[in-house]
Amino acid sequence: MKSAAFEYARVGSLDEACELLAQYGDDAKVIAGGQSLVPMLAMRLLAPAWLIDVARLSILQQMTVTEDQGVIGAGVRQCVAESDPQLNQSIALLRKALRWVGHTATRTRGTIGGSLVHADPSAELPLVAAMLNAVFTAKSTRGLRRIEAGNFFTGPVMTALEPDECLVEVSFPLWRSGKTGSAFEEIATRHGDFAMVAVAAQVSVDPSGRCTRAALGIGGAGPVPHAFADLAGRLIGSRLEDGLLREVAQEAAGQLEPTNDLQASAAYRRHLAGVLAERALRSARQEAAV
Amino acid sequence: MTDRIIPKTYLVELDVNGKTCRAHVPARTTLVDFLRDELRLTGTHVGCEHGTCGACTVMQNGKPIRACLAFAVQLNGEKITTVEGLCKADGSLSILQDSFCATHAQQCGYCTPGMLISSQYLLNQNANPSDSEIREAISGNLCRCTGYQQIVDAVKLAAARMANEEQA
Repeated sequence: MKSAAFEYARVGSLDEACELLAQYGDDAKVIAGGQSLVPMLAMRLLAPAWLIDVARLSILQQMTVTEDQGVIGAGVRQCVAESDPQLNQSIALLRKALRWVGHTATRTRGTIGGSLVHADPSAELPLVAAMLNAVFTAKSTRGLRRIEAGNFFTGPVMTALEPDECLVEVSFPLWRSGKTGSAFEEIATRHGDFAMVAVAAQVSVDPSGRCTRAALGIGGAGPVPHAFADLAGRLIGSRLEDGLLREVAQEAAGQLEPTNDLQASAAYRRHLAGVLAERALRSARQEAAV
Repeated sequence: MTDRIIPKTYLVELDVNGKTCRAHVPARTTLVDFLRDELRLTGTHVGCEHGTCGACTVMQNGKPIRACLAFAVQLNGEKITTVEGLCKADGSLSILQDSFCATHAQQCGYCTPGMLISSQYLLNQNANPSDSEIREAISGNLCRCTGYQQIVDAVKLAAARMANEEQA
């Protein structure tokens, strides 16, 4: 189908975007890459009166890696983030996840921020943001607001962003102590399709092989990506033994409340979650040990 | 609610296959409709219109994109290559296009323009791709005749022919 008619404004600054958002609110949508938004428009799930194009704002294209965080501008194209050496080195998990985001042809235009604000429950980037406790910075005419990932994803394709807010950047905390390993596992009907279940894991170990930090998240099996901070915390101090990893993976899967759909039953999703979580934790451990 | 009367049009200017093209279109005109309806470049096909099938794949500055997932107005000033732009300067088929013929890689032909763009991009990046690299490169393009094997054969044949041509 074709999108309903709308008016289009390419803005020259973030302030201009915020002014238009303040003026039009719910009647406007921000567009950058459009790889999530345009299908919604084509299927007429959305019909905004205005599209505000922020794709060419250089302030949204910045990538900065500091001592303790990796900050990615909301407008950074997925293909750019995927091939950025500095980013890959500091947030290796992001690149592993990006491989699963759509196809080459959608990653050319799709942006990091676009995928995050679309907040599809099965999407990879929201999962990574949730499990690593990323912090989102949004701007409106009322000022800047920082939102932690735990409060950002509020439901399927719903976020804490107000209609007049524009995402500016997302900041991922970097794990600098000890050796860190990460893994991203996913099952989809076809590579690049929506995940039936996706799992992200990251662990750090000290020189003696003891776990000092751990994170685990599961997407596609609930209304929002699920971060298991308490369960991952149980790994700290351990040597990440096989039995413990299995126990944590199974408990995480047990806490999920997946739904049935055409692709997979709830029981199959829960089974996949347990298997993939164990696999991801093992791969992350292996990478940290190298 | 903002009043919606007659949709206004926007001037869009693109470099398509090396030629500057311009037209006034409503903002909701997708790139694929712009190419087909305004420029009459009907080589690019319209399939699902929501980014699933890959039939409309074209290149933006040498990288593949879905022409149904971009509005023409967003791409103002960009360089677009369509399947028509893949052929040789004299208008004859490119090595890849000819290899598709040689291996019977098109059945109904609907997915072919998208397959050609995705495969050409792969060959531009990787002169000697493996079977699995080829399959991943065309994973965003659906062929409902399920002729994937011949398409993989075509890309391999094209890679071999290009290597030969370079040696010669």
